Amino acid sequence: MNIDDWLSQNTFHHEAFWDLMALIRKKEEAGLKISLCIPTLNEEKTIGKEIVIFKSELMDRYPLIDELAVIDSGSTDKTREVAAGFGADVYLSADILPEQGFKRGKGENLWKAIHQLEGDIICYVDADIANIHPRFVYGLVGPLLENPDMHYVKAFYERPLTFSTGTRPSGGGRVTEILVRPLFSLFYPELTAIVQPLSGEYAVRREVLQEIPFPIGYGVETSHILDVFQKWGLGAFGQTDLDQRVHRNQTTRALGKMSFGILQSFLNRATAHGKIGDLCQLQSIYRAFQVTDNQHEQLLTEIIEEERPPMVTVQNYRKKFGIEKAE
Amino acid sequence: MDPDAIARHLSEILSHLPATQQQVRGIKEILLANLVMIAEKPAPTFEERDRLNFVAQRFTESHLQNISIDEAGNAQGIIPGSESEDFLLLMAHADVPAVPGEAPTALQVVPDRISGPGVADNSLGLAAITTFPEILKILNIQLKSNLVLLGASKSLGEGDLRGINFFLDNFKYPIKAGLCVEGVHLGRLSYSCLGVVRGEIECQLPESRLEWNDSSNAIVVLHDIIQRILAIPVPSHPRTEIILGSIRSGNTYNRAPKSGSVRFEVRSEQVGMARSIRYRIAEIAEEVAARSHCEVDVRLIARRRPGGIPFSHPLVQASRAILESLEVKPRVSPSMGDLSALISRQIPGVTLGITQGENLHEAQEDILIEPIFTGLAQLIGILQAIDAGVIDPTLADKESDPLAEINDTL
Repeated sequence: MNIDDWLSQNTFHHEAFWDLMALIRKKEEAGLKISLCIPTLNEEKTIGKEIVIFKSELMDRYPLIDELAVIDSGSTDKTREVAAGFGADVYLSADILPEQGFKRGKGENLWKAIHQLEGDIICYVDADIANIHPRFVYGLVGPLLENPDMHYVKAFYERPLTFSTGTRPSGGGRVTEILVRPLFSLFYPELTAIVQPLSGEYAVRREVLQEIPFPIGYGVETSHILDVFQKWGLGAFGQTDLDQRVHRNQTTRALGKMSFGILQSFLNRATAHGKIGDLCQLQSIYRAFQVTDNQHEQLLTEIIEEERPPMVTVQNYRKKFGIEKAE
Repeated sequence: MDPDAIARHLSEILSHLPATQQQVRGIKEILLANLVMIAEKPAPTFEERDRLNFVAQRFTESHLQNISIDEAGNAQGIIPGSESEDFLLLMAHADVPAVPGEAPTALQVVPDRISGPGVADNSLGLAAITTFPEILKILNIQLKSNLVLLGASKSLGEGDLRGINFFLDNFKYPIKAGLCVEGVHLGRLSYSCLGVVRGEIECQLPESRLEWNDSSNAIVVLHDIIQRILAIPVPSHPRTEIILGSIRSGNTYNRAPKSGSVRFEVRSEQVGMARSIRYRIAEIAEEVAARSHCEVDVRLIARRRPGGIPFSHPLVQASRAILESLEVKPRVSPSMGDLSALISRQIPGVTLGITQGENLHEAQEDILIEPIFTGLAQLIGILQAIDAGVIDPTLADKESDPLAEINDTL
């Protein structure tokens, strides 16, 4: 599938999925369960609103999702208390598959959600969205319910359709545009069609999630895209325009750390896929600088993109979901 | 209905209130979700369309009848009654007062409170109206009377109650009674309206003026006008106030502005007093204009006549009994809002608040979640009381003066 065909066939706007009753009928006809997972770490200010909106609109009023779970990395604020108070199932990441140990990182929560949650489709939504709305879920789940051959639907964010006439630039955030898109353009040009590969909102079928490894840190979204592309091709992806997303902005230094982690995951994949030759031993220290009283000093941060293996290789997962042995 | 029967009905309603207060908690997520989705749609006066479209969509989902958005932009729907041909009105204004600066529209929801612009005035009131069909459903209540739910447009400021007035002028059936719902404060009980005149004094200096005198500066001219307004004798009883709410002129340090304006509101409990002061302000404007050779205009934004139903009116008495039964102390205060549209058409009505809040009309208003359930139980109880016939208007003491009674109760 070439980029133009993919863009025209696999790119959606959330308004196409406004008819929630129709989606629910499709879900029931297909006998699917849908789980919503919100990974958290100290999100007490925004998590309450997300739970209220999703539970009320997508469970109580329109039962599109069957399970609403918060997987928490060990928040020190009231994130878990707030989420439970508004009716979410709340899990501490460390309590899931305890024999696998606990690693701190968003990817860890996403990975453990595969074991903890029951859904045939898992929709991941970040917890820091200020303008939360049910479209953040139904806009991603909708393409999977309507297209059985689609496996992985990413969110992107543009202006509302009513302002979409004429030519306008399209793209993602700073890390996407100055790191990921140039890398994809160099090594995986088809993947540049994914407008915002780093967006934290996506819905994925279980049979795909359980087959791919999960970096626990910054590289999880990038590696997902590369792994799914390698195994299932561009046609497995869809993307949905969810209009605007309001969230807190990160500092340039934070983006530097993120880029460092993403680059590690990317280089590992590109090497494994034979896109680049053997690399030298990569460093795991991210180096930045600051000036105090005219003296420059180094700020050293160790960022190691550890990975969790495909969930289907975990014995307790296979047991829980009745999978005889890993493929 | 005889007074004994009314007393029996009211007693029965009061006995069910604690259970209602508990059961209505089941609506928490739906109400809060509606509140968030309403409050995050900005709705300055004249721009309530998105918000009211959402309300109408919710009415459709709840299978209300006669759902429409009328020419004034009001969203309305009817929950049909089981027996009676009476129509009761439950309404909330949809617009939000302007706040200084550009406030973010995102709400914050934490376990005990919700914060955000306009959440108290009046997103919560509108959310309660929007959620009301589900509230009745969860409580398994069907009223005998038809219940009209109305999200009113263009209520505040220059809107001057245009939405509710349009609705009342054009609704085909007589309204037996109306409840106006405000987000805050729980315990508020308004059954009368102050006379109000609201206006703007605009001062414009001729462009050619170059003399070095006081009149070459619009701020100085406005200052003169303000001084004279403040010198107008204002009686303390009946209570009367002149409020100077806004002044606008100039934008730098070293250039005398050529134009400016002052916004004012006159409120009075006495019939004719606000109008009399308005005439005096117009005279002041003319005097200053003649003396300073400036153009001074007084533009009237809103006028409301004072009035109300008496303290002894059965609707007021039932409302007080219900509030007290819920252990909420009624706080009697006159209204300057939508209630006056009802009162001016001799429709019995009260304005009620739903919860407690802070930072009213600041960029981030706060409301408490827990008292909302008491506020909703209050609405249910009062509607049931009206529905049961406790407000038979023939029982009202039409001779009493509601505003004087408010003073007595304060």
